[in-house]
Amino acid sequence: MSGPVVDIRDLSISFATDAGAVKAVDGVSLQVNRGEVLAIVGESGSGKTVTAKSILGLLPETATTGGAVLLSNRAGTSTSDVVTLSGKELRGIRGSDVSMVFQEPSTALNPVYTVGWQIAEGLRAHRKLSAGEAKREAVEILRKVGIPDPETRVNHYPHQFSGGQKQRIVIASALVLNPGLIVADEPTTALDVTVQAEILDLLRRLRDEFDTAIVLITHNMGVVADLADRVVVMYQGTVVEEADATTLFASPQADYTKKLLDAVPRIGQGRAHTEERARLRAERTAGAAAEVAVVEASGLVIEYPGRFGRKGFRAVDEVSFAIRPGEVLGLVGESGSGKTTIGRAIGGLTRITGGSLRVLGFEMLDFSERRFKPLRADIGFVFQDPAASFNPLLTIADAVAEPLVIHGRAKNPAAARKRVDELLEAVQLPKSYGDRFPHELSGGQRQRASLARGLALEPKLLIADEPTSALDVSVQARVLELFAELQLEFGFAALFISHDLAVVDLLADRIAVLYRGELVEEGTGAEVLGDPKDPYTRRLLASLPVPDPAEQAARRATLARIRQEAGDNQL
Amino acid sequence: MTTELVASVPPTSRGFWGRLPVLKQLRQSVGLQRGMLVAGLVIVAIFVLVAIFAPVIAPYGFAQLRDAQGPFGAQQPPSAAHIMGTTVGGYDVYSRVIWGAQTAVLVIVIAVVFSIFAGIFLGLVSGYIGGWLDRVLVVIGDAVYAFPSLLLAIVLSIVISGGQSSLWGGIFAAALSITVVYIPQYYRVIRAETIRIKAEPYVESAKMLGASTPRIMFRHVLRNATRTLPIIFTLNSSEAILTLAGLGFLGFGIEPTAAAEWGYDLNKALSDVTSGIWWTALFPGLAIVLSVLGITLVGESLNDLADPRLRGRKRVKAKSGTMSLTSVDAALPSDVEILEENR
Amino acid sequence: MTTALLPSDAPSPVAPTPKSAGGGLGRYLLVRFLLIFPTIFILVTLVFILMRSIGDPITAAQGGKLPADQLQALIHAAGYDRPVIVQYFEYLGQVFTGDFGNTLSDNRPVTQVLLTYGGATLELAFYALIVAFIVGIPLGMLAAYFRDRFPDAALRIFAILCYATPVFFAGLLLKLVFSVWLQWLPVAGRASTRTELAMQTLPNKTGIYLIDAIALGNPAAVGDVLAHAVLPGIALGLLTAGVFLRLVRTNVIGTLSTDYVDAARSRGVSEYRLVRRHAYKPALIPIITVIGLQIALLLGGAVLTETTFEWKGLGFQLAAYLASRDFVAVQGIVALLAVIVAVTNFVVDVIAALIDPRVRY
Repeated sequence: MSGPVVDIRDLSISFATDAGAVKAVDGVSLQVNRGEVLAIVGESGSGKTVTAKSILGLLPETATTGGAVLLSNRAGTSTSDVVTLSGKELRGIRGSDVSMVFQEPSTALNPVYTVGWQIAEGLRAHRKLSAGEAKREAVEILRKVGIPDPETRVNHYPHQFSGGQKQRIVIASALVLNPGLIVADEPTTALDVTVQAEILDLLRRLRDEFDTAIVLITHNMGVVADLADRVVVMYQGTVVEEADATTLFASPQADYTKKLLDAVPRIGQGRAHTEERARLRAERTAGAAAEVAVVEASGLVIEYPGRFGRKGFRAVDEVSFAIRPGEVLGLVGESGSGKTTIGRAIGGLTRITGGSLRVLGFEMLDFSERRFKPLRADIGFVFQDPAASFNPLLTIADAVAEPLVIHGRAKNPAAARKRVDELLEAVQLPKSYGDRFPHELSGGQRQRASLARGLALEPKLLIADEPTSALDVSVQARVLELFAELQLEFGFAALFISHDLAVVDLLADRIAVLYRGELVEEGTGAEVLGDPKDPYTRRLLASLPVPDPAEQAARRATLARIRQEAGDNQL
Repeated sequence: MTTELVASVPPTSRGFWGRLPVLKQLRQSVGLQRGMLVAGLVIVAIFVLVAIFAPVIAPYGFAQLRDAQGPFGAQQPPSAAHIMGTTVGGYDVYSRVIWGAQTAVLVIVIAVVFSIFAGIFLGLVSGYIGGWLDRVLVVIGDAVYAFPSLLLAIVLSIVISGGQSSLWGGIFAAALSITVVYIPQYYRVIRAETIRIKAEPYVESAKMLGASTPRIMFRHVLRNATRTLPIIFTLNSSEAILTLAGLGFLGFGIEPTAAAEWGYDLNKALSDVTSGIWWTALFPGLAIVLSVLGITLVGESLNDLADPRLRGRKRVKAKSGTMSLTSVDAALPSDVEILEENR
Repeated sequence: MTTALLPSDAPSPVAPTPKSAGGGLGRYLLVRFLLIFPTIFILVTLVFILMRSIGDPITAAQGGKLPADQLQALIHAAGYDRPVIVQYFEYLGQVFTGDFGNTLSDNRPVTQVLLTYGGATLELAFYALIVAFIVGIPLGMLAAYFRDRFPDAALRIFAILCYATPVFFAGLLLKLVFSVWLQWLPVAGRASTRTELAMQTLPNKTGIYLIDAIALGNPAAVGDVLAHAVLPGIALGLLTAGVFLRLVRTNVIGTLSTDYVDAARSRGVSEYRLVRRHAYKPALIPIITVIGLQIALLLGGAVLTETTFEWKGLGFQLAAYLASRDFVAVQGIVALLAVIVAVTNFVVDVIAALIDPRVRY
C-alpha cells in the first residue's frame, strides 16, 4: 500500500458573511489511510463539514481556502492538491477519486429524473458509454447496495423509494465509479434509528468488501463507535484530538473530548433520578386520596381526513395511557409513529376522532376552545425547534410575558417584567436577556427561554415535544439537566416526546413506545429498556448505537440476531 | 424567515438608520447587486423629485398652447424654446413629460395604498380563518388574477368615469381601476404568508397559551406576514405605471386639458411616427421606460437581497475573520455563532 | 400588465396541487378540469355586473343621439327594461350555450367577430411566443450560469428593459427605425392589399394569414405575411421574453443551490450540464405554471400591439368597439377572453403535471 488517500495539511477556510469574514477552519492537518473509516466528530460550528467538503473542492464561492489537500487516486498512482486545481481538473477527480454521500437523502436525489439516469450521470461525466451500458452498470451497483429487484427499480423515480432506500441509492451513485474515498456527511442523521443501523452496515461493507476509505462526518458518538477505525475530534475549527477509536473512547485525552463523551446520554443513567423522584412523589401524595390522572387516554384514535373523498390517515390507533400528577411520561417512537400527534391533541391543537382523552378532567372528544381556555393556564408546552417557537419580532421578555398577559395575571408585558425576570433566573438566563430578540440567543438559550415561557403560569402539565433534538449534544445535556431540576422544583407532570431512547430514559418515570400509531409497550424505564417484551422495542433498543466500540460490536450482533428472528423485511 | 433573521443580525448594534428597510439592504449589497440597487434608487429619487417640483421645472403648463410670443405651433421639432419639440395638438413635449411624472406618482400612490390595505385585510382574514370564506375568496382572487389586468382596468374605468374626466376624477378613476386589479396580488401574497406563519411553532405556541384569535392575528401573524411588502410594493408600482400608460394609450386616460399623461401622448404620437416625427413619441416613451426601470431595479434588488440563495457576498482572504464558536452555552453567543445557527 | 414580476409567482394554493391530489393523475386532472367552471362563472358574472352598473348598453351607445321615445323602444325591444336578475340568468344561459350576444354597432354575433378576428390574434400570440421562447429561455439559463457576473447583470437589465418598455412604445420605436427610416419592413397591417385580395379567393380561409399564404402556394405572399409579422411579433414577444428570462434565471438559480445539484457536482458533472439538465428540468415545472399565467399578459399586450400596428385582430376590434361605446360587444369579447384564459391555464397545469413524475406515478 502506498501513502494516505488524502493528506490535509494546514488547511484554513474563511467565509464571507453579512457580519464580515468568518473563519471556519483554522490550521487543520489530518490523513485518511486506504480502506479505513476516519470519523470527524464535532458540534455545530466545529468546521467538520467544511473540512470534508474541501476534499472535493465543493465549497461555495464565498469561501477562501489556504493550505493543501493532497488527494490520491485509488491505485495510488497520482496525487493532486485539490486546493489549487482548476474547475476542469476538479471535475476529473470528483466521482472517480473521491465521492460524497449527503445528509438528507430526500433532497440529494433529483425528483424529476429516474435513479438510474442519476447514477449514470456520474459515469457519463467520466467515460463515453452507451445508454445500455450505463443502465447495466447502474443496475449492478443498485444490486450491490441492496436494492431489491434492481432491473425494475432502476427506472423508478426517487419518490417511489423509502428514506433508507434513497440513502442506499445516494451511496450507489457515489460508489459507481469505484472511488478510493467516500466522504459521508452525517449520512444517517436524517434517518430513523432502525434504518440508521442498516445504513451503517452498508457503509461497513463498503470498507470491508470494496476496500473504500470513508471520511465519516458526524456529531453522534454512537455512530462513531459503531463504524470508525480512527477519530478526529474538531472544536472551533481546529483538531483537538486524534486517536484510534478504541483508544479515544477508553481514554480520551483532550478536555473537550471528555466533556463531549460525558454529555452523551446513556441508557440506565437516569435510573437513580427516577427512583428518587418516585420516592418524593410518594411522600407528597401520601396524605392525599387516590390520585386523579392529569392526562388519561383510553382507546384514543386520531385520524386525519382524506382529501377528495379518499380514506383518511389513522395517525393514532387505540392508544391508552395515563400521566399521574408529578410524573414524567416518556413517549418514544420513530417518524410517523404518532407521538407528536398525541402531544398536539393533549394541547388542544389537534382534534381527536375516537376513544377518550381526558386532560385535567376535560374530555377532549367534545372540545370547545371557549371551555378549554381556562385550563390552558395549567398546560405548558415546549416545542422542538427553539428558533421557530419565538415570534421573531417580540423580545424574549415579551414572549415569556405572553401567557401572563393572556390569562390576566398581568395587564401588559411591562407589568409582568418582575415575574419574567424571576422565570429567566429559574432557567439560568441573565435577566438582561429579556431585552434581546430571539435571534440574539443561541439555540440552548432559546430553549431555556422556551422552558421559562412554558412554566410561567406554573402549569400542572408540561408537554415537551423533542425539546433537545435540534441542539448539540453538550447543550442538550445541560437543557435536560435543567429540565430535571425544574421538574423536581415545580413538581409538574410532563409528557416528554422524543425519538431518542437514551434521552427519554434520562428523564422519564415511565416510558411508552409507539410504533405506527399503536402503543406497543409501556412501563418503567427498568421494565421497558431492561427487559423489553415487544419485538419492535427490542429492535429499537438494539439499533441505538452506544458510545463504546466494544459494547457496540456486541449490540450489533444482538441486532443481527433480532433481525434474523423477525425475518428481516417485517419491519 | 431565516432570511430575515440572518439579514438583521444584529439590530441592536446598529442605529435607527440601520433598521430602515431599504438602507439595511443597501448596506448588505455588494458589487453588481449594489450597483443595480443604487441605480434604481437614483432613478426613483429623480422621478419623485420631478413629480413634486413639476410646477418649478416645467417651462410651460401641461395644457398651455401659447405664450407671449403667440401659439407654439403643432409638431415643431426640438428648438431652444421647446427643447423636445411640440405635439400634434400644439403642446410643449418637455413640459408634458415633466407634468406626466406628477400624474403617474399620484396614481401609483393612491392605487397602491388602497390595494395594499384591502389586500392585507382580505389575505389575513382569509388565510387565518380559512374554511369556506377562504375558498370562495381564493377562487375569485385567482379568476381576477389570471385575467388580463389591462382589460379589467378598461372595464373598470368605463364603470367609474364613463371613459374620461377631469384631473382628480381621471386620476381617481385610473387609480381605482388599478386598485381593484391589484388587490388579488396583495391578497395572494399575504394569504400565502399567513398560512405559512399559521403553522409556525410560535403561532401554535400562542394558540396553546389560549391567546384570542384577534390577538394572534395582529400580534403574531400580521407583522411577520407583511415583511415582503416593500418588494411587492415596488414591483406593483411599476406595473401600475404601465397599466396607467396602457389605459391612456387606448384613450381611457385623462383628458389632455386635465393633466399630462404619457400614455395619452403616445397615442397621439401614433400617426406622427409614420411621417417620421420622432420627438412626440420618444420622450414620453422614455419617461415611462425610465420610471419603470428605476422602480423595478429597486424591487428586484430588494427581492434578491431577501433571498439568501440569490444574494451575493464579498470574497475574503484565507486567514481573515473571527473564529466561529461552537454552541458553548455559558458564554454570550457571538453574532457569528447566532448567524451560523440560524442558517 | 399582469403580475409579471411578482415575487410570489407561485401557482394558486387552492387549485389542488399535484401532490395533495396523490390519488393519481386522473383524479388531479378531473379536479383541475372542474375548476375551470367556477373561474369562468366568476369572470362572466363580474363583467356582467360591472358593465351593467353603468346602465343599459343602448343608452350608453345611443344616448343623446336618438329621441327619448325611440331610445325606449330600442331598450324595450332588446329586453333591457326587465329586472337585471332576469337579464343576468338569460345571459348566463346564453354564455353556457356559446352565445355571447350581438354587437350593437354592426349587429354581428360576438362569436362571429371572434371567428373573423380570433385567428389574427392567435397568429400574433404565436409569433410573440416564438420570440419569447427563443430569446427568454436560453438567455435565462445563460444568466443563471453566469450569475452575479457581468453577463448576468447585462441580461437582467435587458430583461427589465423588455418589461419596462410598454409594447406600444416598443412598437412605435421599431416602426420608426425599421419602417420609416430604414424602410425595411411595412409600417402596419397584416399583409399588403395584393396578398389580402389573393387570399380572399381561397375556398377555405382560416383567417390565419401564414397558413392561408402557404395554401396559396405563392412564396411572395408568404414572405409578405412574414414581413408584416416581424415587428408586431418582436414588440409583443420581447415583453414576454423579459418575463421568461427572469423566471428561468430565478428558478434555475434556485434549483442550482439544491442538494441534488451539489450531489451531481460531487460526481464530476460539468457546470454547463448541471444548468442544462440537472437544474433546468426541475425548474421547468414552476416555470410552466407561471408561463400559463402570462397568457393574461400576452392578451393584454395583444390589444396594445394590435392598436399600434393596425393588426386587425380581436384586440384591435375591442379597442374599436370601446371607442364606439358598444358595450355589448365589449362584454362579449371580454367574457370570451375569460373562457380562453381559464382553458389555457387548465392546459398549462396539465402539461406541468405531466412533466412532474411525482404526479405521473
